[in-house]
Amino acid sequence: MRRVKHRSIVEKLTRMSMLVSGIALLVACVSFIGFDMLTFRANKVRSISTQAQIIGSNAVSALLFNDPQSAEDTLSALRAAPSIVSAGICTLDGRAFASYSRDHTLTTPPALPTSQSEAYSINDKQIVLARLIVFKGKPTGIVWIRSDVQELTRRLTRYAGIALIVMVASLFAAFYLSSMYRKEISSPIVRLAEVARIVSRDKNYSLRATSAGSTAETSVLVGAFNEMLAQIQERDKELLEAHEELEQRVRNRTDELAAANKELEAFSYSVSHDLRAPLRSIDGFSLALIEDYGAKLDEGGKDYLRRVRAASQRMSQLIDDMLNLARVTRRSMQRETVNLSGLAKSIANDLSKEEPNRRVEFSIAEGLTADADSGLMKIAMQNLIGNAWKYTSAHDRARIEFGRTDQNGSSAYFVKDDGAGFDPRYVERLFGAFQRLHAATEFPGTGIGLATVQRIIHRHGGQVWAEGNVEHGATFYFTL
Amino acid sequence: MDLRTILLVEDNPDDEALTLRALRKNNIRNEVVVAHDGVEAIDYLFATGTFAGRDADDLPQVVLLDLKLPKLDGLSVLRRLRADPRTKTLPIVILTSSNEEQDRLVGYDLGANSYVRKPVDFNQFIEAIRQLGLYWLILNEPVPARRG
Repeated sequence: MRRVKHRSIVEKLTRMSMLVSGIALLVACVSFIGFDMLTFRANKVRSISTQAQIIGSNAVSALLFNDPQSAEDTLSALRAAPSIVSAGICTLDGRAFASYSRDHTLTTPPALPTSQSEAYSINDKQIVLARLIVFKGKPTGIVWIRSDVQELTRRLTRYAGIALIVMVASLFAAFYLSSMYRKEISSPIVRLAEVARIVSRDKNYSLRATSAGSTAETSVLVGAFNEMLAQIQERDKELLEAHEELEQRVRNRTDELAAANKELEAFSYSVSHDLRAPLRSIDGFSLALIEDYGAKLDEGGKDYLRRVRAASQRMSQLIDDMLNLARVTRRSMQRETVNLSGLAKSIANDLSKEEPNRRVEFSIAEGLTADADSGLMKIAMQNLIGNAWKYTSAHDRARIEFGRTDQNGSSAYFVKDDGAGFDPRYVERLFGAFQRLHAATEFPGTGIGLATVQRIIHRHGGQVWAEGNVEHGATFYFTL
Repeated sequence: MDLRTILLVEDNPDDEALTLRALRKNNIRNEVVVAHDGVEAIDYLFATGTFAGRDADDLPQVVLLDLKLPKLDGLSVLRRLRADPRTKTLPIVILTSSNEEQDRLVGYDLGANSYVRKPVDFNQFIEAIRQLGLYWLILNEPVPARRG
């Protein structure tokens, strides 16, 4: 099917040149033969007419003297013209006066018009010509000649034969020449097609088509094609380079990140180790002073030392919280089904055990689970419920609730208390590290807890937000 | 009771003084030998270097080993001690301010008997030392030293 539809360019070129030369030859031959036939016929008629005139002139006296023998002698001169079949002379009233027939058969004179001086008719067999014989301006008789057209037919046949031979020879020559030239025209295109096929198959853009022996148009085509290949190759190279550069950059960034991470770890280690050592000295020697030299100090001196100790312990707590915050960001996550209700209950139990005198009612929804990292979720829940516990400590009775609710169309977990709450104007600052909305004397803390919660929730791809009012409690929502 | 020595490996003089005080406060009367870096600790235990001529079989009751030490760090000391058959069962307590999970895991992995984090609150530190004293100096019978 494809073969029929998409003939090769070679085949098309051959067909075209054959067709063109064939049609041109045919038209030329037909016109030539047609023109020749017309000319030949006109000449023939003229020659017959001349003969008729000569015979007419010679036969005038025979007619005048009524001597048919003399007229027949005159007519017999026509024997020299082999194409003339028969001829005759009639009187004006149509009576046959004398006649001539090449093969001595009886011939009938044709019906002749008398109104014209000469008339003829042609069919495919013969030409018949009749002419008035005029003597001194007066018509005296009619001469007629009948000539066959064999000569014309012969000539036509001969011409047709020659034309046929010329046609065949020309077509052969055209075929031969076109096969010579078509190679020159088609081979660059065929080569181009082959190169295009290989390029598209192998995606090898370094190949080039050659334009050797091309015509102007094909060499433009080949040039454009090569130009296109060069551009693709260049772009390919650029793309590859960009890709490699990008990969290199990713590698560099990864290395930098790894180095930064390592540095951070070394820093954390150093912080946890080296920063704590002087604090231990401050605290330890302050205690040693109180214990060993307490007798030499008044209450003021002891109070100062107690403040020194409290400050160093507070700083130690800050260091620990900071390290924990960093650890929350660093540690790898493993998602599993976490029983949040169970987690909340166990945290509530621990808190109640630590401060058994507090009267706090826990309301924990049953069966709440989440797909999350259990270690991280424990830290988050400890911070949220621990906060609720801490910020309700100023109230005699308190209620802490853990559950799930619909917020803005999505399901969110919440920890709600009826404690000190917060000023909603500062809600943005709640989740910042070391940001506190309460004085340390009011509620102790380092301001790391909610920052830690936020990091944990963000690492899970969730959101955390808060609602509250001063002395009307706080509610912390989070999604996972 | 024959009081054997305690080897304290500690480079920080403050921590050294505070640890000695904490031991004293807990009425632990054992002689305390202090090594100030990892190399000194190894030299003492194997009776080499500056401690050449010491009886190498006279091993301490317990080694209190800080992790961050000059020259040779605590974990390397631990590795060396556990690699030698004589000190393989020597009670070693890692005593450090580091709270890094990694240190703890490696420490236990290398065969530390206990891991005590030095708290900033000195009272907690005294309590930790008290627990140590109770456990390693009174309750824990040392493995008989192998000879020959």
